[in-house]
Amino acid sequence: MKRILITLFVFSLIIPFTNLKAQSIEKKNKVSVEERNQFSLMKLPYSLDALEPHISKTTLEYHYGKHHKAYVDNLNRLKKGTEFENATLEEIVLNSKGSIFNNAAQIWNHNLYWNGFTPKSSLKPIGSLKEAIEKEYKTFENFKEKFNSVSMSLFGSGWAWLVKNQEGKLEIVQTSNADNPLRQGLTPIIGCDLWEHSYYIDQKNNRAAYLDAFWKVINWEIAEKNYKK
Amino acid sequence: MTKFTLPAFPYAQDALEPHISKTTIEFHYGKHHQTYVDNLNKLIVGTEFENSTLEEIVLKSSGGIFNNAAQVWNHTFYWNCLNPKSPLKPEGKLKEAIDKEFGSFEEFKEKFTTASVTLFGSGWAWLVKNQEGKLEIVQTSNAENPMRQGKTPLLVCDVWEHAYYIDQQNRRPAYMEAFWNLVDWKKVEERY
Ligand SMILES: [Fe+2]
Ligand SMILES: [Fe+2]
Repeated sequence: MKRILITLFVFSLIIPFTNLKAQSIEKKNKVSVEERNQFSLMKLPYSLDALEPHISKTTLEYHYGKHHKAYVDNLNRLKKGTEFENATLEEIVLNSKGSIFNNAAQIWNHNLYWNGFTPKSSLKPIGSLKEAIEKEYKTFENFKEKFNSVSMSLFGSGWAWLVKNQEGKLEIVQTSNADNPLRQGLTPIIGCDLWEHSYYIDQKNNRAAYLDAFWKVINWEIAEKNYKK
Repeated sequence: MTKFTLPAFPYAQDALEPHISKTTIEFHYGKHHQTYVDNLNKLIVGTEFENSTLEEIVLKSSGGIFNNAAQVWNHTFYWNCLNPKSPLKPEGKLKEAIDKEFGSFEEFKEKFTTASVTLFGSGWAWLVKNQEGKLEIVQTSNAENPMRQGKTPLLVCDVWEHAYYIDQQNRRPAYMEAFWNLVDWKKVEERY
């Protein structure tokens, strides 16, 4: 009995040690698996007040900090135990429907939107995108006018997009709610969020004033990169 | 000729405070609702709807004319669902019907709130009476109106972001709490 107790005692010294090591590896793996499976809110490439006076810090606090974040949290919750648990964001956008699609597409759309801004905008297109815009729409002003009228005429919540179609030509399209041009085989270059939450703090019901602000913060280098994809 | 006009607001513009602010009314009624009226007047010129009633247009039109006509109708109906001095609960026959259909007023409120909070994008949540006389909660997208499915609207909640962004920003559930403090149950019962 005494020997058994001693043996148990010795084991009890060894086992926790080996266990601890095993546990810590297991724990590490578990964390990294979870991290791999969870989407996180993108980091903004500028500070929250960087787009002022065109888009206010308060708007970013809500639009990025609350709306965009809520889409991320919702998707992480909704995809658990579904076929999309290990899918990339783009795979989910292309293949899902219902709430999983709505939240995934809104994450994707907002990522493109925020990454497409800069406080130091060149205010006009550059490089090969400039050429393509002038070829398709004659002038940048004419293009802007067309994009604005597509944006103004969208009824309800949604997005206006400059896209490249499968023949490589530029198009301006509108989508409803979370819908995304990738699903029609189009490549988004610029996305304009037309949900009222995008402009209600700064411009209230005045969508036209929001569009004026929007053009002042476009990152044309990013647009050029998206065009060349 | 201006055919349709913005109906007078049924109470003072600050009467719904603190639940819905005067500023919200100034924009929601004074700008959004007014714009739908102005757009409709412009769009119907020279169309078959030039001499129609608002309800006829809502029932028969499509596209831009429908969107604006239905938004005029929906907003007028919405303002007439709210009253700063209303009893906080349904009474009489309507109370009985709600208890019968949803179990209790609390359960009804919960279901209606869920319908409002889960509507993705812009739209409306409605309590309607269907063609068999039964109560239903329905969601409609953008300007869509349940009369087009032969249902009689009894109560509506505007869940476009412009309805609550000034007062509650992204917090639609907080807007719903404000809404429940203002529902005019007397009018809802009359419609029933
Ligand atoms: Fe947004
Ligand atoms: Fe509204």
